[in-house]
Amino acid sequence: MVATQETIDKVKEVSSTYKYGFVTDLEAEKAPLGLSEDIVKFISHKKKEPKWLLEWRLKAYKKWLSMEAPNWAMVDFPKINFQDIYYYSAPKTKPKLNSLDEVDPELLRTYEKLGIPIKEQEVLAGVAVDYVFDSVSVATTFREKLAKEGIIFCPISEAVQTHPDLVQKYIGSVIPISDNYYAALNSAVFTDGSFVYIPKGVKCPMELSTYFRINEQNSGQFERTLIIAEDDTYVSYLEGCTAPQRDENQLHAAVVELVAMNNAEIKYSTVQNWYPGDKDGNGGIYNFVTKRGNCIGKKSKISWTQVETGSAITWKYPSCVLKGDDSVGEFYSVAVANNAQQADTGTKMIHIGKNTKSTIISKGISAGKAQNTYRGQVQIQKNAKGSRNFTQCDSLLIGDKCGAHTVPYINQFTPHARVEHEATTSKISEDQLFYCLQRGLDTEQATSLIVNGFCKEVMKELPMEFAVEAQKLIGISLEGSVG
Amino acid sequence: MSLLEIKNAKLKLDDKDILKGLSLSVSKGEVHAIMGPNGSGKSTLSYMLAGREGYELESGEVFLEGQSLSNMEADERARSGLFLAFQYPVELPGVGGMSFLREAVNSRRKFLGEEELDHLAFVKESRKVASKMFVKDEMLKRAVNVGFSGGEKKRFEILQMAMLKPKVSILDETDSGLDVDALKIVSDGVNAQRNDDNAIVVITHYQRLLDYIVPDFVHILSDGSIIKSGGPELALEVEKNGYAGLINAA
Ligand SMILES: Nc1ncnc2c1ncn2[C@@H]1O[C@H](COP(=O)(O)OP(=O)(O)OP(=O)(O)O)[C@@H](O)[C@H]1O
Ligand SMILES: [Mg+2]
Repeated sequence: MVATQETIDKVKEVSSTYKYGFVTDLEAEKAPLGLSEDIVKFISHKKKEPKWLLEWRLKAYKKWLSMEAPNWAMVDFPKINFQDIYYYSAPKTKPKLNSLDEVDPELLRTYEKLGIPIKEQEVLAGVAVDYVFDSVSVATTFREKLAKEGIIFCPISEAVQTHPDLVQKYIGSVIPISDNYYAALNSAVFTDGSFVYIPKGVKCPMELSTYFRINEQNSGQFERTLIIAEDDTYVSYLEGCTAPQRDENQLHAAVVELVAMNNAEIKYSTVQNWYPGDKDGNGGIYNFVTKRGNCIGKKSKISWTQVETGSAITWKYPSCVLKGDDSVGEFYSVAVANNAQQADTGTKMIHIGKNTKSTIISKGISAGKAQNTYRGQVQIQKNAKGSRNFTQCDSLLIGDKCGAHTVPYINQFTPHARVEHEATTSKISEDQLFYCLQRGLDTEQATSLIVNGFCKEVMKELPMEFAVEAQKLIGISLEGSVG
Repeated sequence: MSLLEIKNAKLKLDDKDILKGLSLSVSKGEVHAIMGPNGSGKSTLSYMLAGREGYELESGEVFLEGQSLSNMEADERARSGLFLAFQYPVELPGVGGMSFLREAVNSRRKFLGEEELDHLAFVKESRKVASKMFVKDEMLKRAVNVGFSGGEKKRFEILQMAMLKPKVSILDETDSGLDVDALKIVSDGVNAQRNDDNAIVVITHYQRLLDYIVPDFVHILSDGSIIKSGGPELALEVEKNGYAGLINAA
């Protein structure tokens, strides 16, 4: 994979400004500022939720009140004032849509600015897209085709109404409300997100995709996504995110839960380019996400692929719990941090079943004054005989003011398992740059080429259209960091 | 008018004088050979010409087709038709040879106002050139120079030269590390590109290469300047007697 000419043009076009820095003028319907039991009730009421869910939310809220924000990550930011955040906002024009023609034109223009022509995507890419605009999903496509296969792909708020039994059974089953501070918060106030259910024996015929977008000023985003893959299934899910430019920091605390039964495979890919803040670290998104997959079934497989280029602070550890014998967990990650960005990301692989396998490939790229930490835990429990893990962490430094850190935790409770860890740190050398320049490439082309070469092992895990976009983003986010 | 004109070039590295007033004029259609002892400044000269950072002239000037290079960055010089085959080609892990070459070729074409090659056209063109150089397609798919043998790296350099069709090519010890057969193949590759419109400067330690790529001029570079110039017979003299006599006479 290398940067195309298009990439280079894109890099030039955006120059030093964040491309997606505009604000959509949609009147929002907001909950009052701040967080309290009443706000939790307000959200639940707004969404006409069943009683069990309201109670679940309230339990989470109480739990959250008793918890402390984690401070072990290698990130540094002012204390968040949770009373200064709007916990619910929905575009006022909340349509019931049969086709895209009915979508608010203002909204469509927003997506166009983001470079996501919905129609084109519909036709060309064959992607069923569930757009989450702030908190409420407004357009869902391809649902009929999926419905024919018995696949459910809809906003989770809708699933709560239409498939309450499934939601009740699985929500919080992978990430309990007490799991961590931000997960508890999310459980109390989550507004929307995606719900996917793949019935037994079905291979999902298309990539499922969601574009998240943070729009309303000061509105925290608390998505909740739940994907359930029954026996003998396959599904590939893409998550892409962009946010407009803002001065205040915006909190994003999503929860994603995946459940894979016997012989089920879930591939979850993320390209994240939320606003990283300016050169000096003003503004930008705080991205505190909890993502975990349960490989419950035998021979099940969950694979996380992420390209993280945005956010001021990233705190994110997509994990796999390998319960089923012979289950497989994978984590492929590219994390780019430029200027004042701070990224503390990695994964957890918990081996419980026999002969479970996990692979971790992490590529961290740091430029400017950025700090990039890989934090990974590999746990081999007592009964996980014959299990194997392979971890490779590579860091690439651009310039000499940035930092890369690798923090592996290995807990092995049986001798009958193998855990391997490799780590490298490298720099883009002057020799490499000069070699490229001498062949007529400019500094940006050269950097992009070398960086994409460095990330190749991860990029090839992404679906094709996504890989191209990810390459562009990496080019854009490193713009100006060399030469 | 000379294609390449170096006028009294002086250059320091780390406060040490490396090029000490070097002048050279290369016209269209010519092949020049530069020979000289280790450390005399041959690679430094090539880096200076290519515009490597840190190799800026202290005084003197260089012209490519009459245009001064002093305000041109390395990539602009390359796009303008200056090519350097590296003494030590650099590895680019993960960067596929095809994609790398395609970007290079298209930047050059863009500069020349030619249409950029699309994927298919490029693959066709590169296969054609590669087969002439006896470079296997498989090598183009690998990461640039990674795990290439010494000889393969040199071949790949000349392949790039053939694809880029430069005005002036500087080949820095392209013959070193080549076996007899490869030497012939690479030389044929270089000779095939000689025409009335371009020029080639070969830096070498061995007269042997000059049997294949027959130069119009041979220059002896010693201690940062050219101490003697002549025809191909000068290379034979070096081969026979070494540099000492020439240096002492200068
Ligand atoms: N960065 C540097 N700082 C100081 N001296 C340098 C630097 N780089 C090269 N030199 C010196 O400059 C001189 C010329 O080096 P150069 O590589 O140009 O020689 P050369 O003629 O190409 O030699 P060879 O035949 O061995 O390739 C050498 O004495 C070398 O040690
Ligand atoms: Mg040399």
